Amino acid sequence: MNYIWCAMIIISVIVSVINGTVDETVNSAFEGAQSAVFTVFSFAGVMCFWTGIMKIAERSGLSQKIERLLRPIISFLFPNAGAEAKKYIAMNMSANLLGMGNAATPMGIKAMTALDKENSNPLYASDNMCMLVALNTTSIQLIPATIIALRAAAGSEDPFSIILPIWISSLTAVLAAVFLAKLYFWRRKKL
Amino acid sequence: MIYVIPAVIVLVLTVSLTKRLPSYEIFIDGVEEGMKIVIGIFPPLLAVLTAAYMLRASGTLDLIISFLSPLTKLIPAEVMPLALIRPISGSGAIGILTEILNTHGADSEIGRIASVIMGSTETTFYCLCVYFAKTRVKHNLRAMPFAAAGDIVSIITAVILIKLVKI
Repeated sequence: MNYIWCAMIIISVIVSVINGTVDETVNSAFEGAQSAVFTVFSFAGVMCFWTGIMKIAERSGLSQKIERLLRPIISFLFPNAGAEAKKYIAMNMSANLLGMGNAATPMGIKAMTALDKENSNPLYASDNMCMLVALNTTSIQLIPATIIALRAAAGSEDPFSIILPIWISSLTAVLAAVFLAKLYFWRRKKL
Repeated sequence: MIYVIPAVIVLVLTVSLTKRLPSYEIFIDGVEEGMKIVIGIFPPLLAVLTAAYMLRASGTLDLIISFLSPLTKLIPAEVMPLALIRPISGSGAIGILTEILNTHGADSEIGRIASVIMGSTETTFYCLCVYFAKTRVKHNLRAMPFAAAGDIVSIITAVILIKLVKI
């Protein structure tokens, strides 16, 4: 990110000199900084409202309920994982669904450590580890609060209109990743 | 879709009431956590938005887009910067998405495609690094193709849903 950020600015300045847009570019830097403040202010309200509601949902036992619903899915995806790993995988997936990235990552790392202990060939990522990473890099969120808040901040008339396409798109991606991973594991076992 | 959100809120509050939980205090707690997220997002957002606005104003973004557009017949070139930065940096992607929403409008086709891409992809490289950091695994590239495939499928599905199905 360091290099990308520096490159974005340096290249912009070089191109602006070539294009003769130096004035606009310098002004736009301040405009960008200004819009960051504006975005954060109009974004904070919606964002905090949802983290508040989700907190109530979490305390009411929603996480445990989701974990219970996930159990059969996890048994299918991680057929030979131990009980401890499965417990953390369930907590990781339910935190992802509820959009609590801060809670999901530590649980995911704990699940990885548990899977690492069960790994017979520790230098290489096991099937279960690949599956967990595939799930986490294509995570589904019940309410994508950040995006709703950003859209509201940008003046959208219907910030929620993207929920359904986001669900469909994430679900397709998860299914694709899981299908590919399962296919790969299965073919290698046959060879 | 209008009824989903109020239904979720009423459901959450009703369940919490029947369990005799201090809903109000928990909500305040959650808001405080949300505020921490917002404060955490602000510094990188400012950094990325500044750079993104400079890219736009200097004409560099148009150069990148005209360079990429022949490669991406299906995917609009305007959302390509988001697709490129998304796997590396979450806050970077938030910055680029904000720029896209401000420039093209949140309810425009491009704005909606960008929103769906943002919502259905993840910071894949970052995730790979963090998840394998504490394990003994030295070769984690095996997990890469599945993760990358997920992101590519998300992006294509997002474009199809918004552009062709017009959901």
